[in-house]
Amino acid sequence: MKTLRLLAWGFLLSIFVATLLAEFVAPAPYAEQFRESPNALPSWQHPLGTDELGRDALSRLLYGSRVSLLLAPAAALLATLIAALVGGVAGYLGGWWERVAMGATDLSLSLPWLFLLLTVRAMLPLNEPPMTSVVITFALLGLLGWSPSARVVCAGTRTLRNSEFVLQARACGCRGWRLLLRQVLPNLKPVLYAQFWVSIPIFILSEANLGILGLGVAEPLPSWGNLLRGLENYSAVLNNPWRVAPLGLLIIVVSCFQLILPLEDFRS
Amino acid sequence: MRRIWSPLLLVALLAVSASTTAAQSGRELRFYLPAEPKTFHPLVVADDSSETIRYLTGGVLIRFNRQTQELQPELAASWKVSEAGRKISFKLREGILFSDGMPFSAEDVAFTMRALMDPNLHSPTGDSFRSAEGQVKVNVTDPHSVVILFPAPVAGLERLFDQVAILSSRSPKKEMAVLGPFYVADYKAGSYVLLRQNPNYWKRDSTGQRLPYLDSIRLDIQQNRDMELLHFRRGEIHLINSLDAESFDRLAGEMPSAAHDAGPSLDSEQMWFNQVSSAPLPTYKKAWFRSQNFRRAISEAINREDICRVVFARHARPAVGPVSPANRFWFNQALHVHPFDPQKALRRLGQEGFHLDGKVLRDREGHSVEFSLITNAGNKSRERMATMIQQDLAQIGIRLNVVTLDFPSLIERISRTFDYETCLLGLVNVDLDPSAQMSVWLSSASSHQWNPNQKSPETPWEAELDLLMRAQASTTDNKKRKEYFDKVQQIVWDQVPFIYLIHKNALSAVSPSLANATPGVLRPQTYWNVEKIYFAPEKSGGRR
Repeated sequence: MKTLRLLAWGFLLSIFVATLLAEFVAPAPYAEQFRESPNALPSWQHPLGTDELGRDALSRLLYGSRVSLLLAPAAALLATLIAALVGGVAGYLGGWWERVAMGATDLSLSLPWLFLLLTVRAMLPLNEPPMTSVVITFALLGLLGWSPSARVVCAGTRTLRNSEFVLQARACGCRGWRLLLRQVLPNLKPVLYAQFWVSIPIFILSEANLGILGLGVAEPLPSWGNLLRGLENYSAVLNNPWRVAPLGLLIIVVSCFQLILPLEDFRS
Repeated sequence: MRRIWSPLLLVALLAVSASTTAAQSGRELRFYLPAEPKTFHPLVVADDSSETIRYLTGGVLIRFNRQTQELQPELAASWKVSEAGRKISFKLREGILFSDGMPFSAEDVAFTMRALMDPNLHSPTGDSFRSAEGQVKVNVTDPHSVVILFPAPVAGLERLFDQVAILSSRSPKKEMAVLGPFYVADYKAGSYVLLRQNPNYWKRDSTGQRLPYLDSIRLDIQQNRDMELLHFRRGEIHLINSLDAESFDRLAGEMPSAAHDAGPSLDSEQMWFNQVSSAPLPTYKKAWFRSQNFRRAISEAINREDICRVVFARHARPAVGPVSPANRFWFNQALHVHPFDPQKALRRLGQEGFHLDGKVLRDREGHSVEFSLITNAGNKSRERMATMIQQDLAQIGIRLNVVTLDFPSLIERISRTFDYETCLLGLVNVDLDPSAQMSVWLSSASSHQWNPNQKSPETPWEAELDLLMRAQASTTDNKKRKEYFDKVQQIVWDQVPFIYLIHKNALSAVSPSLANATPGVLRPQTYWNVEKIYFAPEKSGGRR
């Protein structure tokens, strides 16, 4: 297990370094269109071939990984922090606080976010550079994606609130925020970790889905989301199997994220 | 003995002869409707699926031949247009019956025209006949002659009758009694429409056999285009009316004889700049968009050939203007595609005070040239076109921000708030006649997209477009109409209110087991001659 964790760390680090050094590693600028060779097979010039507009697939994968690996965790962190705040406070205080907070969470879960996102996108200014659009997209996902985690966190906090060690801490005079921050929160860490890691692939895929609706990352900037859209074309994937590379990388990266988690966190 | 065998031999010969003829008849043709038909009433058809039903079931006085692009007599044996396009007289065929057995006469034509022109019916087909205020008079001169008098000349009058399916004035279920090759036999909402051969259809082939050859047509409702292609490849359906370039190439690789590219269609893809004076845009941008040289330079900076090759896999043709070369009569042959020439585009921009500052184009006041282009999300070919245009414009220092929006948001921006800069969309043309484009070219019209609903034309060239379009609509002399509309195309080519990009090819799929199916560019591409389509005998029919 330790070896696997080390391998996972190594892989993730190398991917991070490669994406951060994309300017030097990538064979071509990610937006440059080699129009004479769309859908090209892998070659020395284009190690992963080209996409339907003739853009170098490896370069787009590197730059797209940079966008997704930085922004999806950022969105997951935002969502997890909101969930920790709402779920943690609700579970700790209990009573009508919990009812109100969980009511708000249920309401948030039942709202048609898709339409809200469409409305938000329709209201945004059009002349935003692609990088701004990608930040807005992930920020929206983070702001709107907290509610499922909040329920889990609330349930975990409620269990901890009624646990023996918290009772013992109370008996020793530890109360209020001190009890929450010193006793409850550290024990919620595994739940929050799990919610954080689980949210990352969800946000990556959400961004891909939003791309189809016009809310995703704007062209020509690549992201795993819009790279995965290349898989929509069944025949192109059959003819060019290397197009699965973004999906393969996504699966490996998510698996690595799971492997680097301390085993105790999962057990607890 | 010989006396016994001779009649038997005769019967056997007759049986063989009958089976040879029957080899052409029978069986069920299957294809998909993209959506539920909204109506079976032929006079209020407004959607594609209902139009399909109308085409397959409706009998018309005059048919526009989709292949020759000429008018041919159907229920009308002959016709004559007079009084400068105000009057049309029909001589009808005799001995024709509706599908329910009722005889067809001039009274049915009169009944249909009165129903069609009833303002309470709100018939889109009827609207195309309304050239001026006033009543349409229909006189039945004898059981097989009818005269229709319009309050003002109607341009392309006889062609409009291609859309008018004649109703029965005496049948109890008027909309279900038809004169076309098929009638609606069964319908399950959301699932299918079943059409059966009209037993009283009047047409016969050269050997005297009653048409249509097919027994029935089953139209299943299927919205998913990928499923449609999959089912075609499995042989579960026999026709696909329209394919995108990717699906076409996939099919052509597997079943070359089934894939048909009929050349450029009437449909076009174009972009335009927002020239609405009240639009919430900076003044300097409005000045750019209203500059003819700016628009022309953008047009010249776009590589249309590359778009055809890369986005449409060569199944498209660079567009010259609003009329596709597929429209043989109305296309202005004197015009050519704006050539791709970034240097020429820069020189043209220089005339307007634009200059390159390093790799950034700036206007006279120093503003960097940057604007957004909106298009509808989910349309892969448009998104790819936009990305290619983005790179083309980057070469002359222009930054283009591509924004894909859901369709309702896009329509809201281009038709109500006018909060956009450039838009890329397509236009689906179903009519060859320029009168069908009145709502696009008249400055007062709502579909005058770059600056709609003008109280009076804001530019001299738009005023000229108004005059020319009205002039072509008010005469029946096709030569004069062509002159007027050629001039319209010339002005549009010069002023570039729309930057026409490409005409997609008409791509369709026809099962090799079908005979007599000759896909064309006009709708309905694959079954325009449905009464003559039949299943070829197995030995020569290929795949089944």
